[in-house]
Amino acid sequence: MIRIAALLACLALSPLAVAVDTGQRFEDPGMQARYERLIRDLRCLVCRSESIADSNATLAADLRREVEALIRAGRSDEEIYAFMTERYGDFILLRPPVAPRTWLLWAAPALFLAGGFAVVLVVIRRRARIGLANAAALEEEPDRP
Amino acid sequence: MKLPLRFLAPALAFAVLVGFFIAGLKRDPGEIPSPLIDKPVPAFSLESLGDPAWRVGSADLAGRPWLLNVWATWCAGCRQEHDALMSIAREGRVPIMGLNWRDDRTLALRWLAQLGNPYVSVAFDPEGRVAIDWGVYGAPETFLIDATGRVVKKHIGPINLDVWQREFLPLLPAGEGGP
Repeated sequence: MIRIAALLACLALSPLAVAVDTGQRFEDPGMQARYERLIRDLRCLVCRSESIADSNATLAADLRREVEALIRAGRSDEEIYAFMTERYGDFILLRPPVAPRTWLLWAAPALFLAGGFAVVLVVIRRRARIGLANAAALEEEPDRP
Repeated sequence: MKLPLRFLAPALAFAVLVGFFIAGLKRDPGEIPSPLIDKPVPAFSLESLGDPAWRVGSADLAGRPWLLNVWATWCAGCRQEHDALMSIAREGRVPIMGLNWRDDRTLALRWLAQLGNPYVSVAFDPEGRVAIDWGVYGAPETFLIDATGRVVKKHIGPINLDVWQREFLPLLPAGEGGP
């Protein structure tokens, strides 16, 4: 029981253990929170599937320093995201922007779900029809072996 | 004939999927398209690698096509492409400016002394600030800038003479430069 509890505790804490950048950068807790949120939303382009908060690559450290400098310079979140995409493209955003060229991407889960429902509906209707037809057939010829 | 539609629909969906996969295979996941293409060069002015009192910047080569090559002594690909850079420099079609990225000055100067120096000038960027403006994420990277000061091409990874002839030379105005 204790072992299971320990394992669960480890699992619960593991996201915290991944973060490389744990130091306090700002006196102001609001700014610190903004900083932490921004670095989680930016991709480390060297390691690809990690955010710059999780990566200890040199580039990630440089980009964290840049985010810090931009926050200190009083830039808004939008301006900081724009700063990054002007240089590295949309790929740096871990959350792709909603734009005409990404509508399909964002709509894909809903489209797949709708497609699945459509298939299920067709199958149920068809089964129902076959069931009715069989029942009717049975009623017509009840004594047939 | 009820068969065709029932079997055609999944087959068609499969064909579309295969189409996506084939297109995906042809793309190099290591290459992230640069948003800088067709944009004006990100201006910079940095210390010269050879002489801290001297400034090297994007204005130096304005008015003519030039290359910006991002390199460092810790970068294996840079060693790999060095001979090609030497050939391109010897060819003399375009001057090459170096951007020494997050490196040690002594090591970088020793590298150039030992392997030869293909650059007309080298900007020293030990903190990687200018590299961020250029969207650099892995050395070596090579940019081609045209005479109007626009970035026309970015090559990620070691350059070789094949890439140079196939992808860069056609972008240069004919007859410009010359040995």
